[in-house]
Amino acid sequence: MPFDLSVPSQLSLALTPDIALMIGAMVMMLAAAWQPDSDRHQRRVGFASIGVLLFTLVLVLWFASRNFSSGPGVIAVDRFRWVADVVFLLAAIGTIALAMEYNVREAIQSAESHVLVLFATSGMMVLAAARDLMIVFLGIELMSIAVYVMAGLNRRSAKAAEGALKYFLLGAFSTGFLLYGIALVYGATGSTNLAVIGARIPGYALMHQGILLVGTGLLLVGFAFKVAAVPFHMWAPDVYEGAPTPVTAFMAAAVKAAAFATFLRVWLECFGALDFAWLAPIWWLAGLTMLLGNVVALAQRNVKRLLAYSSIVHSGYLLVAVAAGTQLGAAAFLFYLFAYTLATFGAFAVVSAVGRPGERGGDIADFEGLWSVRPGLAVGMAVCMLAMLGFPVFGGIGFFAKLYVLQAALASPKQLMPLAVLLVVTSVVSAGYYLNVIRAMFMKPRPDGAPAPVPVGPLTRMVLATTVAIILVLGLVPGQLAGWARSSPPIAAVDREAPSPGAP
Amino acid sequence: MQAFLASLHFNSWILPTLLLLPVAGAAIIAAHGWLARGPDGAIAEPASARVRSLALGVFVVEAVLSLGLWWSVDPNAAAWQAPVDVPWIPIWGARIILGVDGIAMLLILLTTLIMPLAVLGGWTSIREKQHSYYALLMMLTTGMLGVFMSLDLLLFFAMWELMLVPMYLIIGVWGGQRRLYASLKFFLYTMLGSMVMFVAIVYLALQSPDALGRPVFGYDWILAHAVLSPTAALWLFGAFFLAFAVKVPMWPFHTWLPDAHVEAPTAGSVILAAIMLKMGTFGFLRFALPLFPGAATNETVRSVVLTLAVIGIVYGALVAMVQPDFKKLVAYSSVSHLGFVMLGIFALNVQSVQGALMVNLTHGVSTGALFLLVGMMYERRHSRLIADYGGIAKVMPVFAVALSIVAFSSIGVPGTNGFIGEFLVLVGSFRSQPVYALIAATGVVFAAAYLLWALQRMIYNPLSKPENQQLRDLNWREIGLLAPLIFAIFWMGVYPKPILDKTAAAASRLVERVEGLPATGTASTSK
Repeated sequence: MPFDLSVPSQLSLALTPDIALMIGAMVMMLAAAWQPDSDRHQRRVGFASIGVLLFTLVLVLWFASRNFSSGPGVIAVDRFRWVADVVFLLAAIGTIALAMEYNVREAIQSAESHVLVLFATSGMMVLAAARDLMIVFLGIELMSIAVYVMAGLNRRSAKAAEGALKYFLLGAFSTGFLLYGIALVYGATGSTNLAVIGARIPGYALMHQGILLVGTGLLLVGFAFKVAAVPFHMWAPDVYEGAPTPVTAFMAAAVKAAAFATFLRVWLECFGALDFAWLAPIWWLAGLTMLLGNVVALAQRNVKRLLAYSSIVHSGYLLVAVAAGTQLGAAAFLFYLFAYTLATFGAFAVVSAVGRPGERGGDIADFEGLWSVRPGLAVGMAVCMLAMLGFPVFGGIGFFAKLYVLQAALASPKQLMPLAVLLVVTSVVSAGYYLNVIRAMFMKPRPDGAPAPVPVGPLTRMVLATTVAIILVLGLVPGQLAGWARSSPPIAAVDREAPSPGAP
Repeated sequence: MQAFLASLHFNSWILPTLLLLPVAGAAIIAAHGWLARGPDGAIAEPASARVRSLALGVFVVEAVLSLGLWWSVDPNAAAWQAPVDVPWIPIWGARIILGVDGIAMLLILLTTLIMPLAVLGGWTSIREKQHSYYALLMMLTTGMLGVFMSLDLLLFFAMWELMLVPMYLIIGVWGGQRRLYASLKFFLYTMLGSMVMFVAIVYLALQSPDALGRPVFGYDWILAHAVLSPTAALWLFGAFFLAFAVKVPMWPFHTWLPDAHVEAPTAGSVILAAIMLKMGTFGFLRFALPLFPGAATNETVRSVVLTLAVIGIVYGALVAMVQPDFKKLVAYSSVSHLGFVMLGIFALNVQSVQGALMVNLTHGVSTGALFLLVGMMYERRHSRLIADYGGIAKVMPVFAVALSIVAFSSIGVPGTNGFIGEFLVLVGSFRSQPVYALIAATGVVFAAAYLLWALQRMIYNPLSKPENQQLRDLNWREIGLLAPLIFAIFWMGVYPKPILDKTAAAASRLVERVEGLPATGTASTSK
């Protein structure tokens, strides 16, 4: 059944999961304010929020299973949206589960911390649905403002305050780029609707119009900020290090995924015809991000900062899939996003479990000998590290994610062989720091006088166990997931993919 | 025997069983370790002792099962033997395709027969975290066997990478003093080579799409359908070459080897030397040469590879001569021996290729045995320095005899297995590449020099050190684990025909395919 999005009732129907989550978020906000702050109330709101997210997840899955489509309009009703939503919702559930235990340890009692996750998630769902630059902007603001607050949630920490302020200023700055870009693109094409822009650029032969190219460039800079691609990545390590660990996990996994999802949709749907202009910049963004991110990550001594750089690096890998600019690239992108979110989440769950009160215990040195005291955590961390490194079996799905991106790069008519080689070579560099963590955990003895490991809460344990199990199982039978990714393109229009792969 | 195996449908289940049995073993060991944990997370002594028997049991069953392949595989058949083909990831054109020929069959047998010995070699020296150690050994076995039997490039690559993590941990957790450095170096070198090969594999799969335009990773399909320009073939060959050359290892990619071999625990060294080094040469035979015959017969490529191989032979031998550390000496001797294998492969006639395969096997047996002997020595004296020994034949006569026999085999004395392989390689390569063969022959002389000199300093000479006077001789476990290896040394040295027969057909098919010419005369008939 195709939705007719020009009819308000049908539009709302197409937005049912998003609306459900927003209503749930508002109810939760009232519930959070109902009682004075306490650990117990915080946990109660946390569980209820997870309930809201699960309900939304069920709705999303139902919509996905019915294969709805839609006519032209401001939002998309396609599987790309639903797959992206599933990623966000899973990440949000994990975040709240981790945060409930983290908050108790760090004496954060405000129940609103969970509600902010719900608001940010609804912003992401709007982003995944957006098919109009105005809606894109709306979604980004809705998401970002909630996350700015979350980054500074730990009021007692100077680092968190620094990170939150930095995040806010640079976030606002990058939103400025986006807005300028949107304005210029509107000026050139006379529309903010992605499909209309995408049709008008080749239709009116606007390819070489300066104003459009400048607008596209500004949009690219804005998105590059949001996904933390080099050289627009400076904010990421400080913010990731300062924010509470579950929030960092949320930013690294879900916020980045949302920014990337909308980036991909805007790019493929609007600017497919401009690839002669954007290929080189994206090529360089991807290349620099992989190169610089990996090299700088080698020098990190703090696991959170290390994971921050690793998330920058993975932006580079994802940009390779964007640069491919094909349906296959989009499929690889979705698959990679899923794998990356899982691995990032698992890794942060371990960081959160190893941490001691006062946000201490995040250095690699604190992980030394973890295997002898907390074998489960050590093995879980190792699996996540190997997944990010792209190893088969032990790294599970990570291997296939890398394979898929390579396939997309090599099959693209844009001759991305050098980028593909750069991807694998820099991933060898990345072994240097991922193995550093594994080495500390497994090969070094527990240092004398190391503080006794803190007990690991049941929720953190569950998040870690679930993520690792999914990583490993999908590492043996990825076919189904790959099929879903392949059948969920962000554009319904003609496939611009070339029939045969290009020569090197 | 053939009829009996056929009545069991042996060929239809043996390869998956060999692959999955160690995985099941690893799972059982992991579960056992989980259940045997005490309240403080540590595992009590009796449970630790039980697990090694369990592991040995699994490896023995594996070895016994695999023996059937000797009879059930028809080495002369053109089709893959014991084939298995099931879909895996249809959307990417990856299937689980297994199959062996004579070459792969011998390497599988080498693997399954060495593994129990490797476990016995580390029987008493592994005291910490035994559960993890044995579980990792099992996963490693699956990876190694998978490399030898995969006929789908994606599966092959997954297996190739699968080996890396267990070996990294085995070196890094249970290794010697400089284990952190050695394990990282091993990992990075191998990964760099294999990642470039990964790109090449994906590219190849995309170049040979099926009717629906999807990539196909199947080996036979790619062999038949890939359309490559000569330039592309050259680049792809280069990518495969890098991965395999690091693994072999060829000079100048060998520098990880001395570190990894020396720092690894005994079982790790044995597996590295006896089995994992063979993956590189096997990779050349199975993939790099047949897939890119044009590149492999290119005159420049060939002379570069042959030069590197000969440099490896001479350099490895010379460096081995000056090592004060006996384990390092054995490690460098591997560089030299594997140089022979590469020379034989790239000389590209049936005799030299068969010789290369023979050196592969004999090196597995004799260097494996040497590392086991080094381990026994180290366990008693906690030193690997040659200078710390001297005259120990007086206190350890059995050990001295065993070491001498194995050293003779490594030198290539006629009557031992080492002679057959190197002789065939030299004879074969002399036909087509006389200059290289002449230089390589000096490697045999050097090998005699470094090993005999080391023997003299260790087991002969006067027994001057007081610490050495109380050394115990080999116990029954150690004698028992050396006995099959010494038997193999003499059997392969005196009557190698059965083994040569197994490889003849595969070798001539390879030469035919790469050279594009019908091959003449196999080693077993021309001898």
